[in-house]
Amino acid sequence: MSREAIDRETPDRLYTITGGRSRAHTDVFDLVTLVVAESEPTPGMQSEHTRILRMCRAPRAVVEISAALRLPISVTRILLCDLLDAGRITVRQPTRSAGAQESLGLPFAHPDVLKEVLVGLRQL
Amino acid sequence: MGSASSSPGRPAAAEEPEPEVAPLRSTVREGVKIVIVGGFGVGKTTMVRSVSEIRPLSTEEVMTEAGVGIDDVAGVRGKNTTTVAFDFGRISLDEHLVLYLFGAPGQERFWFLWDRLFAGTLGAVVLLDTRRVEDSWYAIDRLEHHNMPFVVARNNFGQPTHTLEEVRDALSLDPGVPLVDCDARRRESSRDVLITLVQHVYALSSAAYGAMAGAAS
Ligand SMILES: Nc1nc2c(ncn2[C@@H]2O[C@H](COP(=O)(O)OP(=O)(O)O)[C@@H](O)[C@H]2O)c(=O)[nH]1
Ligand SMILES: [Mg+2]
Repeated sequence: MSREAIDRETPDRLYTITGGRSRAHTDVFDLVTLVVAESEPTPGMQSEHTRILRMCRAPRAVVEISAALRLPISVTRILLCDLLDAGRITVRQPTRSAGAQESLGLPFAHPDVLKEVLVGLRQL
Repeated sequence: MGSASSSPGRPAAAEEPEPEVAPLRSTVREGVKIVIVGGFGVGKTTMVRSVSEIRPLSTEEVMTEAGVGIDDVAGVRGKNTTTVAFDFGRISLDEHLVLYLFGAPGQERFWFLWDRLFAGTLGAVVLLDTRRVEDSWYAIDRLEHHNMPFVVARNNFGQPTHTLEEVRDALSLDPGVPLVDCDARRRESSRDVLITLVQHVYALSSAAYGAMAGAAS
């Protein structure tokens, strides 16, 4: 599919999938928030919800879910909000990244997590 | 959940093959991210591929003409949208921590989406486009604007025609910002760029946290 085709197709398809819903608290879902399914899909569930529950039997990041569904990040976030509200998924949030440190007024990730990243990278 | 059933025009869920991307370990607790920024063809995807444990995947975010993203997806209907595509890979660092590596275009509209997509990023690699230095200059300006620590890496497609010192001058790059050569096709070379970045951020972060602890005592 060409880029233009996607651009033209997107609005109506997104509208259909989300049912025109918008959600206030999609901020829960960072690109790297890890999502874990807490239940199996049930018959009659929206197909995107079913797929998310299947692919999150093991933890999966929001951005991976978006790529697998071939849906934009913001639409994926709305679908995830549905499942979170229904208690069908739980999330593992980044806690030591720069964003999580904002309350401290520091723009950097915590040194501890950076050290852990360095150790991991050196083993590659 | 509502009463929504399968979306029309899409195959039933049971028929859709799920991604063959290996799942994360069940013990993983936290994801972190690093962004590689650079113009078309500078080697972002190549770098992601060379260090990632999965083949690079891609996705996108949508913007309406009116503005950034689509908090209100309903508002998208009937409006023109543009998409910003980016790709990513993954490195499981240990049993608890996973690093996601994003390759992102440095064009103007991308920066409108920065906060929505890349807030909380550990740091950024500017992959230098030696043919269009002004593009890199723009990326550096935007990263500084977002208080995002970064390093600059020159992906060597051939024999470089300038020294790194000349490049530093051309970019008016702060002496404190690391500038390195790399070969994005080589895993060790790409890994070393990431190590340079994380060491740089570690130094900045340790100093900032140390100062905060000092002030508190
Ligand atoms: N010779 C050479 N080619 C490279 C190098 N890095 C990337 N390429 C090639 O340059 C092209 C563009 O690279 P790509 O990673 O797709 O760029 P992107 O648009 O920034 O993602 C591809 O055909 C790569 O194989 C390099 O270091 N040396
Ligand atoms: Mg690319």
